[in-house]
Amino acid sequence: MLLRIIMRYMKPYYRPFWFIVGLQFVATIATLLLPSINAAIIDKGIVLGDTNYILKQGAIMLGVSLLQVAATIVAVYLSARTSMGFGRDLRSGVFKHVGEFSARELSQFGAPSLLTRTTNDVLQVQTLLFMSFAMLVTAPIMMVGGVIMAMRQDLGLSWLVAVAVPVLVAAVGLVLLRMVPGFQKMQKRIDRVNQVLREQIGGIRVVRAFVREPFEEQRFDAANKELTDVTLYVGRWMAVLFPLVMLVLNASTVAVLWFGGMRVDAGLMEIGSMTAYLSYLLQILMALLMSTMLLMLLPRASVSAGRIGEVLGATPSVAAPLGGGLVPTGRTGTVEFRDVSYSYPGATHPVLANVSFSVAPGETVAVIGSTGAGKTTLISLIPRLFDVTSGAVLVDGIDVREYEPDALWERIGIVPQKAYLFTGTVASNLRYGDPEATDADLWHALDIAQATGFVSAMPEGLESPIAQGGTNVSGGQRQRLAIARALVRRPVVYVFDDSFSALDVATDMRLRRALAPATRDAAVLIVAQRVATIQEADRIVVLDDGKVVGMGTHDELLRSSPTYQEIVESQAQVAA
Amino acid sequence: MSRRTAAAASAEAAATTPKSGRTMKSTERVTGGGMFGRSGGVGQKANSFGPSLRRLLSHLAPHRLKVGLLVAAAVVSVALASLGPRILGRATDLIFGGVIGKMFPAGMTKEQAIAVTRAAGQNKVAELLSGIDLVPGQGVDFTAVGQVLLIVMGVYVLSSLLQFVQGYLLNDVVNATVFGFRRSIEEKLNRLPLRYFDAQPRGELLSRVTNDIDNVSQSLQQTMSQFLTATLTVVFMLVMMLTISPVLTLVALLSIPLTMVVAILVMSRSGKQFTQQWRRTGTLNSAIEEAYTGHALVKVFGRQQEVQKVFEVENDAVYDASFRAQFLSGLIMPAASFIGNLNYAAVAVIGGLRVASGILSLGEIQAFIQYSRQFTQPVTQIASMINMLQSGVASAERVFELLDAVEESPEVVGQRLTGEVAGRVTFENVSFRYEDDRPLIEDLSLTAEPGRTVAIVGPTGAGKTTLVNLLMRFYELDAGRITLDGVDIAAMSRAELRTNIGMVLQDTWLFKGTIRDNIAYGRPDASEEEIMGAARAAFVDRFVHSLPDGYDTVIDDEGSNVSAGEKQLITIARAFLADPALLILDEATSSVDTRTELLLQQAMIALRGNRTSFVIAHRLSTIVGADTILVMEEGRIVERGSHEELLQRGGSYADLYRSQFEGAEQAA
Repeated sequence: MLLRIIMRYMKPYYRPFWFIVGLQFVATIATLLLPSINAAIIDKGIVLGDTNYILKQGAIMLGVSLLQVAATIVAVYLSARTSMGFGRDLRSGVFKHVGEFSARELSQFGAPSLLTRTTNDVLQVQTLLFMSFAMLVTAPIMMVGGVIMAMRQDLGLSWLVAVAVPVLVAAVGLVLLRMVPGFQKMQKRIDRVNQVLREQIGGIRVVRAFVREPFEEQRFDAANKELTDVTLYVGRWMAVLFPLVMLVLNASTVAVLWFGGMRVDAGLMEIGSMTAYLSYLLQILMALLMSTMLLMLLPRASVSAGRIGEVLGATPSVAAPLGGGLVPTGRTGTVEFRDVSYSYPGATHPVLANVSFSVAPGETVAVIGSTGAGKTTLISLIPRLFDVTSGAVLVDGIDVREYEPDALWERIGIVPQKAYLFTGTVASNLRYGDPEATDADLWHALDIAQATGFVSAMPEGLESPIAQGGTNVSGGQRQRLAIARALVRRPVVYVFDDSFSALDVATDMRLRRALAPATRDAAVLIVAQRVATIQEADRIVVLDDGKVVGMGTHDELLRSSPTYQEIVESQAQVAA
Repeated sequence: MSRRTAAAASAEAAATTPKSGRTMKSTERVTGGGMFGRSGGVGQKANSFGPSLRRLLSHLAPHRLKVGLLVAAAVVSVALASLGPRILGRATDLIFGGVIGKMFPAGMTKEQAIAVTRAAGQNKVAELLSGIDLVPGQGVDFTAVGQVLLIVMGVYVLSSLLQFVQGYLLNDVVNATVFGFRRSIEEKLNRLPLRYFDAQPRGELLSRVTNDIDNVSQSLQQTMSQFLTATLTVVFMLVMMLTISPVLTLVALLSIPLTMVVAILVMSRSGKQFTQQWRRTGTLNSAIEEAYTGHALVKVFGRQQEVQKVFEVENDAVYDASFRAQFLSGLIMPAASFIGNLNYAAVAVIGGLRVASGILSLGEIQAFIQYSRQFTQPVTQIASMINMLQSGVASAERVFELLDAVEESPEVVGQRLTGEVAGRVTFENVSFRYEDDRPLIEDLSLTAEPGRTVAIVGPTGAGKTTLVNLLMRFYELDAGRITLDGVDIAAMSRAELRTNIGMVLQDTWLFKGTIRDNIAYGRPDASEEEIMGAARAAFVDRFVHSLPDGYDTVIDDEGSNVSAGEKQLITIARAFLADPALLILDEATSSVDTRTELLLQQAMIALRGNRTSFVIAHRLSTIVGADTILVMEEGRIVERGSHEELLQRGGSYADLYRSQFEGAEQAA
């Protein structure tokens, strides 16, 4: 998975990558040459007493150093650009893919986990890449180069290297194997900390109102402790790695001196060679050290890559049809539910069962029912936040699943139950409905939504800032802005999901009166609780436990539906 | 009417929470955290590496013992490791001596051998020979070599062991420190005033607690172990080198200040970039969090492309800062390495010359070269670690910003309410405004007798939610006081106050747990019976039984398995269970159908018995049964009385009621 992701997102960076490889190659060769020159100084300079030679070789050493530093600097530049660019691209890819998710995938992962996967997990992979650029090329070259140079000095000792390296690899491998499951747990526990905090920050009023700070602190403590536990575990194994590597390599150095000494004594090897051999061994040591540091990053990055892969691999359950989908030319404004049923995956009891009704342009159809009757689910089916499990939803006579998504959405204007606004300004939020809307359009929509009053009273009017979620305006104002947002869109289908509940009765009535002409040619679907809101509807659909138990005008239902009578009576009773 | 609504609306515009940054009250300026994260923002401190680093390290102080131990282990370990090459050099000398020795016939003495060489005209070689352990005729003394090597092995094994101990302890220390950081933040969050949370996007705070702390942890872990080892290695190598040749050591020493100069030059620039990087990461985090939270809306309004564009802008900004930061700080290592190589070259040349003239032995120069290699390597390492350290410190600064933010006024361990809390609430000349230039509540006085229901009505923005905020002490008064049973609520602890008030908000808030746990949130020690009782009273029982897991159903994050109305019922059950003296209902039942609402009201009346209730609702149906109705407009109470009294008066209340009645009449 890690490899796959890297391959895919590194594609645009092939050229810089090879440049980096090339430059590192040059730099490494330069580094490798230095001990050789040193060996030459010893063998040819010192032993023979040739001072001129010593000086000449010194000058060469200088030149080689310069080459090395120049190559390295360019390599660092390219590495930084490439790895950070990779990170940016990967983040973008994940974000885009999540954008295509339907509501089901989103709740499957949960927003906090998706957040971690888009930021923290990408960071792990990016860090690995960056560190590896510095070493991935250098380390093997130094190792291979070191081995070759060492063998060039004396073939007879090479068996040492052939033994030392596998021993080392095995030892390191064993340690890493222990760490991988630890890293998996670690990322999950970071998720959990994220989640707890998000809940606490979002619900801070409730936490304080119920004086549950100690409890929340405990909850956080638990998550904190769990995270720390696994980090400790992983860290302990990491503490083994470095000393282990050092030990193996130091032992190899000792072996070189012993066996090398024997060979020198037997005349099979020159003493300068042995010295060089030691230097090369040191080089191989440094290379392996660097690799160790890199290897420590590998397990965590691998786990992160897996998590990212899960997101990228999740196919949205609601997808645009093959071939893009239909883009019908006409916009009439009809909605039809044809024998619609919906159940949550794995649930036995359906949320909606065989619901059928339609809304014609200019008609207002209201849906009323007790809590949990399935009203919000019903509405979510129209813009395809979910897809039906059986039956069909049609807009303008075409099954919504056959639409090109944008074409479907631009026909619909939804005001959800919980009005959510985005960080920005009043204007930017309203333009969510239609980015091309002029200020005049916005004011017009605000007028109908009975929101002109408070918006014009804001110091910056349309440009007044809105905080995340719209928390800096009251609930009623939020709802009105959400309604205005839908109005700006000028859709042919309006869906109001309990959108008038936060308004006082007077405003509610004024708003609906103002809405009537604005929505005259559109299909309007209202979910509501108050009989007063819906009694003027052309048709009322009464839902109970996911089934339609009554349909008709207010008067008709009063006569025919006991459920409806009950509702009306309860409200009249309260009013009287 | 419209002018009044407009004015009321303007009051409401400032009602719930202030638009941050503008005309905030000077006494309660929020430090840290950008405004909505978009712009550069408030609280942009200069990058102060030194002090921040010191502050960060001071958090390690509680673990002094372990730190001491690990430093000791490190010192010994490095000392041993640095002895290694020296001893190895001895072995090399032995071998070299043996090799050269073989060239001479046995029986000769060393002086004779040197004389012979000089006589042969090879003066330089003769000088070389005088520096080594020459036993003519004898080959390499492998017993001696073997002994030396065994000692070396022992030294190395011990060194590795101690290194492990050091790493182990360091791991403990860093983890404990980071654990402490997270906990400090959590505790801090509970002391911050509400306006801090209202002033910035959730993602910004989250970024500090997760991304920034993670970064600090990783930086500490990776730099501290290496830093310790590297610094000690440098010191020891220097000592070793001094014992061999002071002159050569001087050459080596030159490289240190050179490296430091380069490092400092680069660091100041890269430091700024790191700060930028982590700040922009916070901003990006906010953008992502918001997009994911409002995902359905983005989709339904077909705004995915735009959101993507906004994301790209922030994403690119992060890329820009991070690439610069990494590049700049990545320059240190090659520069240091170059200086190291220069050093290496100088040592090779000068050293070679000194060996040729017999001042140094071959083994000594070999050891010296090994030392200087092992000396420059850590210096380079230290330089490159600065990179990681800077990044960590930049994140630490953001964490400190949070920890330094202005807190709520400290708790008064003061008055407690003795005996049965009657629930008599008074507001005495209360004044409050969120922003200096926008008056909200002025000189408000009212009394709520125990057991009475007070309904507060009025257009949105009249200040109703604010009354609740003040009663709960989510915000502090500007003037006047509020009392509960005669005791000033500011004179008691907030916990004491809030334990006696039960609140049901317009916005439901449930955590990811079972339904049972959520109901028992206010009273964790409640018995199953009590929980069931509260559940029945709030009609939660009805729908819970239709769920497959019943009360053990876990309410998930996006809440798709429980409808909004059902959530409301659960929060109401929660309030019932808490059974407080005072009830506050803030437009609570708006998401519940009127059929259920009626039943709820009946249950609430029963529960209200001898409890004081404040009801803020828009539905007159909920208000009509109240003992006192307060009509608010623009922060002032314009009418006060019972339903009948107000109707008779024919004022704003009567107007409101008639419009509702009109509607309901047609329904009957």
